[in-house]
Amino acid sequence: MKNEVTEEAVSQATTALDAHVREIIAWHFSPETGSPFWLDWAKTADFDPLTEVKSFADIRKFPHFQDEWLRDEQNERWIPKAYTGRPFIVFETGGTTGMPKQRIGWEDHLRDYEEFSEYLDAEFPGSFPRGANWLMLGPTGPRRLRLSIEHLAHVRGGSCYHVDLDPRWVKRLIAEKDFETAKRYKKHVVEQGATILKNRKVGCIFTTPLLLEALDEFVTVPDAGVKGVFCGGTQMTPQTVRFLSEEVLDNRAAFVPTYGNTLMGLACSRPLTPEDKYSITYHAPQPRAALRVVNPNDTTETVGYGEWGRVELTTLTKEFFMPRFLERDEAIRREPFGRFAWDGVGEVRPFGALETKAIEGVY
Amino acid sequence: MAIQIPILRRGTPYDSIDKNPVKSVRTGELVAEVSQANAAMIRRDMRKTSRAELRAVPTSRLLEISAEAGKLFMNETLPLANGQTQTPQEYIDILSETSGLPHSLVRRNMGKIYQVFAEMPTILKGLTRGMDLSVIDNGSGEQAGVPVSFFAVTDALGVVLPSNSPGVNSLWMPAIALQVPVVLKPGKDEPWSPWRIVQAFIAAGCPPEAFSFYPTDHEGSAAIMDVCSRALIFGDQSTVERYASNPAVQAHGPGWSKVIIGEDCIEEWPEYVDIIAASIAENGGRSCINASAVVVPRYADQIADAVAKKLAEITPRAATDPDAILSGFANPAMAERMNSAVSEGLKTPGAEEVTAKYRPAGISDRLTHRDGSTYLLPTLVHCANFDHPLANREFMFPYASIVEVPQAEMAGKMGYSLVVTAITRDEKFLRDLMASSHVERLNIGPLPTTRVQWDQPHEGNLFEFLYRRRSIQWAK
Repeated sequence: MKNEVTEEAVSQATTALDAHVREIIAWHFSPETGSPFWLDWAKTADFDPLTEVKSFADIRKFPHFQDEWLRDEQNERWIPKAYTGRPFIVFETGGTTGMPKQRIGWEDHLRDYEEFSEYLDAEFPGSFPRGANWLMLGPTGPRRLRLSIEHLAHVRGGSCYHVDLDPRWVKRLIAEKDFETAKRYKKHVVEQGATILKNRKVGCIFTTPLLLEALDEFVTVPDAGVKGVFCGGTQMTPQTVRFLSEEVLDNRAAFVPTYGNTLMGLACSRPLTPEDKYSITYHAPQPRAALRVVNPNDTTETVGYGEWGRVELTTLTKEFFMPRFLERDEAIRREPFGRFAWDGVGEVRPFGALETKAIEGVY
Repeated sequence: MAIQIPILRRGTPYDSIDKNPVKSVRTGELVAEVSQANAAMIRRDMRKTSRAELRAVPTSRLLEISAEAGKLFMNETLPLANGQTQTPQEYIDILSETSGLPHSLVRRNMGKIYQVFAEMPTILKGLTRGMDLSVIDNGSGEQAGVPVSFFAVTDALGVVLPSNSPGVNSLWMPAIALQVPVVLKPGKDEPWSPWRIVQAFIAAGCPPEAFSFYPTDHEGSAAIMDVCSRALIFGDQSTVERYASNPAVQAHGPGWSKVIIGEDCIEEWPEYVDIIAASIAENGGRSCINASAVVVPRYADQIADAVAKKLAEITPRAATDPDAILSGFANPAMAERMNSAVSEGLKTPGAEEVTAKYRPAGISDRLTHRDGSTYLLPTLVHCANFDHPLANREFMFPYASIVEVPQAEMAGKMGYSLVVTAITRDEKFLRDLMASSHVERLNIGPLPTTRVQWDQPHEGNLFEFLYRRRSIQWAK
């Protein structure tokens, strides 16, 4: 079977991840290379990361990463010593108002999207043609996506058009129950995207599921010359994915859902099939980031395959170390698949979605 | 295997990946899985909606179809999905199982729906004030010697249905005979009635394209309201207020229906006890046309006592018992909330729950259980005046207040009422009631509030909602 993963491949991936963990821990907790934040943190910790964290399993010795640190600490505190003197890029997380959470970076986003570019060629040959221009319809501004999609386009030999959507404004409108203005704003954004599609040669799109659906009201996306759409930003139920693939894209353009954020990077989805009932499974860009699906009542415990749990993210790059961040999502733990010799997270949805349905806004 | 209910996209079944379980209210067992439409699908489909197929069928033929559909609805086996079918008895069984309605009430509602199918000519006559229906086919004609022209203001009527009573479907059914397709969002727990009505229409020869059936979530409901130029929605007072200034939406909320007795008839009050009790309790007290207040100029104590005795005789019975009147709650938490609201209200001085002392032996609480279902027993509260928090409340079970108010103050104090049964022969009092802008339907004389006459448009005039008159003249 093409997509079956051998025990040997899984073992190799585990070994590679463990080696990567050791390298990253050594980097962030050594005075020669580490950041002030982590070096100070280690002084008060009840264990020594340098000697006690030898594998990914040992990451559980760390407490959960507090994302408030990304708001409260000055960004300079996160600079690994080895990067001193190199101006950093500031990326901000999505849709909150007030002081935003920020992650600094240099080249991580470039590596993530270069790898993603290779994945597109391997799994969707012809759907994201090299040399084609891109449209990025979604949150730009201080988002990691803004530079990443443009880099992806450039890596693939194309250029990128941008239409901005400010998710913080949308969240404010929704919080104030000003749905009418939110609707008008969405239309304002989507009309701009449709105008680009009608007047410029665009072969590939990045957008969010709701904006893709709204775009369909103004232009038939595959008729506009689009061969592939890469989608992310909000949860997608299997039915939404099916609807977008079969109807909005009319099975004539590839649909590639992704899961990601400023803190992780980009998790690719397995190719979708009707046989899988369009259930999406994402795989983290391991070893640079690793996802676990954990028991929400005891987060040291990974749930069994096929079981629901909360998503826990660990980011492991030389630019940024973030152990055990509990995402606001829950998912099904899925088996390794194809090129991904490590666990996947399936049917991601907001944590507690069955109890309270979260409003994710128009984007 | 659980029954599968698909989406209908302009008549074409669509099996969604997202499904909502419908369970037995008595055993919790899974009975059906209902395909759920995503909001985007609704919006996309609505961009393609059209009246063309339905307009191709003359109204005279649609009335024949309606009559035939009524017979099929009532008596015949109709399609579900995937080759499955449903007999009338199976419809009764499953609706009772998943809604808590006893068979007797399902049958009564079936009868009401059948009447709408069968009485469609009378209903349209009432809606159009006797206009020749060829005006709808041709776009113009004559009424009472005056040239008239009407055009539909929407390509589809959106309907966001509740789960509480199958009878509410009677409100949208005339749209089909008026050549306006419907976009139905069934109540979460009650796909059965709108599905069966649609299947009966189609089996009788109605174009399937006239029917869209989208079980969906709040976002999907909002999409229906958004994309249909005319929509009906059922909800609470906040729903009514939200759409009050939107002429494209007819919001159906609480009815606050009432029985009032005039000074001239009050000495005869014992004759009206049965009518008052029926107004409160018929259809399990679940309809907005059930009386939620009784307003009398005198004898409130005695009337309350007599009506309470009558209501207290109504107790939960087996679902199949032909004398069952009360309905179990599909959602027990809802019953608990209503029970708490009444108990809380009783803490405000000036109210007495008269039914409490007449409850049958062994049942001390308003909230009770039988065969795994939760019930609320009929409740009559005597309130000292209309300012009491329980005086003008409406709940989804047989609940009413009784208030003593001088006749001269009644019209001013009782507020909005969907139905008023006015037991009086006093012409001046009747003129005052007729002049009131708060009374939607006036039943004059000893008629229960639940009595509906088919040539009297109910809860707004659907024809006037769906059509607008244009001025027209021809060169001589």
